[in-house]
Amino acid sequence: MSENAAKTENYLNVKHTVASWLFTVDHKRIGVMYLATILLFFFLGGVAAVLFRIELMTPTEMFMASETYNRLFTMHGITMIFFFLIPSIPAVLGNFLLPIMLGARDLAFPRLNLASWYVFTFGGLLGLGAIIFGGVDTGWTFYTPYSSTYANSNVILAALGIFVSGFASIMTGLNFIVTIHKMRAPGLTWFRLPLFVWAHYATSIIIVLGTPVIAITILLVAVERIFSVGIFDPALGGDPVLFQHLFWFYSHPAVYIMILPGMGVVSEIIACFSRKRIFGYHIVAMSSLAIAILGFFVWGHHMFVSSQSMYAGMIFSILSFLVAIPSAIKVFNWVATLYGGSIKLDTPMLYALGFIGLFTIGGLTGLFLATMAVNVHVHDTYFIVAHFHYVMVGGMVMAFFGGLHFWWPKITGKLFPEMLGRITAIIIFIGFNLTFFPQFIVGYLGMPRRYHVYPEEFQLLHVMSTGGAAVLALGYMLMGVYLLYSLILGPKASSNPWKAAGLEWTTPSPPPTENFLEPPVVKHEAYAYTEEDTYRDDAETKGDTHG
Amino acid sequence: MADGQSHLAHHFDSMEQQRESSSLGMWLFLAQEVMFFGGLFVAYAIYRFKYPEAFAVASGYLSVGWGAFNTVVLICSSLTMALAVRAAQLGDKKKIIQYIVATMLLACVFLGVKGVEYTEKYHHDLVPGPAFQYVPDFDAYTVPVTAETAHPNFAGHVQLFYSFYFVMTGMHALHMVIGLGLMIWLIVKALRGRFSREYYAPVEMTGLYWHFVDIVWIFLFPLLYLVWRH
Amino acid sequence: MSDHAEPHIAPLKTYLNVFAALMVLTVLTVWVALFDLGPFNVVVAVTIATVKAYIVILYFMHVKYSAKIIWLTAAAGFVWFILMLALTLADFATRGWLPIPEPW
Repeated sequence: MSENAAKTENYLNVKHTVASWLFTVDHKRIGVMYLATILLFFFLGGVAAVLFRIELMTPTEMFMASETYNRLFTMHGITMIFFFLIPSIPAVLGNFLLPIMLGARDLAFPRLNLASWYVFTFGGLLGLGAIIFGGVDTGWTFYTPYSSTYANSNVILAALGIFVSGFASIMTGLNFIVTIHKMRAPGLTWFRLPLFVWAHYATSIIIVLGTPVIAITILLVAVERIFSVGIFDPALGGDPVLFQHLFWFYSHPAVYIMILPGMGVVSEIIACFSRKRIFGYHIVAMSSLAIAILGFFVWGHHMFVSSQSMYAGMIFSILSFLVAIPSAIKVFNWVATLYGGSIKLDTPMLYALGFIGLFTIGGLTGLFLATMAVNVHVHDTYFIVAHFHYVMVGGMVMAFFGGLHFWWPKITGKLFPEMLGRITAIIIFIGFNLTFFPQFIVGYLGMPRRYHVYPEEFQLLHVMSTGGAAVLALGYMLMGVYLLYSLILGPKASSNPWKAAGLEWTTPSPPPTENFLEPPVVKHEAYAYTEEDTYRDDAETKGDTHG
Repeated sequence: MADGQSHLAHHFDSMEQQRESSSLGMWLFLAQEVMFFGGLFVAYAIYRFKYPEAFAVASGYLSVGWGAFNTVVLICSSLTMALAVRAAQLGDKKKIIQYIVATMLLACVFLGVKGVEYTEKYHHDLVPGPAFQYVPDFDAYTVPVTAETAHPNFAGHVQLFYSFYFVMTGMHALHMVIGLGLMIWLIVKALRGRFSREYYAPVEMTGLYWHFVDIVWIFLFPLLYLVWRH
Repeated sequence: MSDHAEPHIAPLKTYLNVFAALMVLTVLTVWVALFDLGPFNVVVAVTIATVKAYIVILYFMHVKYSAKIIWLTAAAGFVWFILMLALTLADFATRGWLPIPEPW
């Protein structure tokens, strides 16, 4: 190709045919395809949530029978968790950014990466099929023996959908680990990696070691349903609590699959908009690994009120408290980074600050739940719902949208309207808190989750929650509108509109197919925002590349 | 070297980097496989812990002869696979094919024996499901009368063992069938002369996969066939 | 570059020795199952299987000659499996420690 063509050609305009997208092995295009796919599921899950929130405005049945209600909250849970949250940051932002942050031309296994998108989409279609054929009413947890013996047989379809999409996430995780190990640019040693990369490394470890367990577990449920062999059926001597063990062995660490990449995104944003290196870089990097590993030791805290032995419960309870340590390390270090920084409250930063506050509330209420006695009181109430959504929506979704805004100019080459972005971020923050904070209260007062009718005294709190959901939905729609607008009519972005440090900002927006015009060589640590950082790092240049 | 260069994908800098990447990728895949089978082994362990006598009695109906025979067959196939990889390292294209064919034949023997065993279980109504039938025969097969064996649901517990027997060996057999497919692909590639001393990663990776399948069986054999043989 | 990129090629004898060891251990595991060792039957069976798996991993799968990261990855799978088994058993093994009250 000629010199001129190389300057204007990027991964988006290199070819325009549909086939050039469907058969691409370019990690950037695959990331964009993932983005479109998961946003579809986010929309579906959101619609389900809006519908049952409307139903919950009145204490009695309004327009939805209990069966419909059960199917809707199950649909909400399955689509949001398995088809939105788990792939959200890793498969979209991770796919797009990881190789660029490493100075590589692509992920280690580009075809595997494309296969992962197809497998994921196929799994998603199976999940959609289960909804279209009438829906599943087990809740996203598929507890046996209800799912294996009593619920309708759409469970098989939904289970297979999760089984299949699990492979997609394993492929992504495997790809990330190999890429981080083997494809770093010259000079990019382990402790020069951006924290985004560290977070994805930790996430990938969980994905590779955890996901296969849910695959086999959910497959056993399907086998049991199809052949009625009674693996989890108490009537045949099976043990439903064993299902819970196997399920949570994956599904608790899965919460860290969802939150860790968010923490990586927040680290990038905080550093950029405080113009400072992340305080305690090394320990923040290590705390990601600590969360990944400790996260595997704590699954039993979901089972305090099952027939799990109370001795096991005590062990799980203590271990659960331990996870608070690396989580708190991160929060404290972010706050210390903010201290004395030149803070700019741009849109991504608003999301990142929202993340810190909301994740802290979500994390601290997690400590209440890890306490056995308190857990008995609030188990299966709205308190759990609120806790989970503070971590997942207040944490992960905030980080996802923060990251999406932060790297939007890089991905699309266009700038979004900044003022609208800030207003939307604030609307989402308010809407979120209005939706979920009342749920802490209503849960603490004793309202169990998963009911479509409730005593009248809870109505005020439920109406607040529904109102909040409306505000939240408005915020998301507004965001969709201005992002689409910027895609078509937004001004062209420079290669580094935020003046951020990091390899991804040294290449044009959008990046060329091979990511860099010439292979980068890294001479300093991540987050070289001050001269002091750049200078100090230069003095320490040593270490291997492919370790 | 020129031969090897043509196999270098555009995004790698060197053959070494490419080979190390595929090797690490394969091992991560195997770690994933360990956890996949691991879920089954944990479930098996829990039920064996809960119903030791039912598992002992149920295991007694499996044929140790066939199980041991298959173990030997699979270890032989692991050897031939290891030798195929060695031939690839030495660049001996003819021997790669010979050893892979030998591995495939042994794999087919294994699957054939498995088929015989499954049929036998079918005829004895020991396939879990509505057709499963088991009446503890306290005289003929020296089933001791204990609190556990006298439990009204004892047959259900025996069925649990067979559920695991079929799911575990079935999953293992499925992995073998996939391995067979991989080996056919290898033979095609070898016949086209794609392998060289510089480039033989597919042989090596399939080898790793095959040894893993062997390891799973090394654990399945004592856990399923040798529960109660004294 | 080709110097240190060259993989280790084990001699034929190593493979045959490993094969012989696996055969001996297979016979051993069947033979030992004929004795009643109480709860130790399963311990012995699993130990022998672990030894067999270990030498397959070490020699057939070349971990002995591989980089540390490969060794670590192989170990991680097994460590995580043991973790899952141990914590699940911690529940089932201690369930009977507290007497369950009779239904009323």
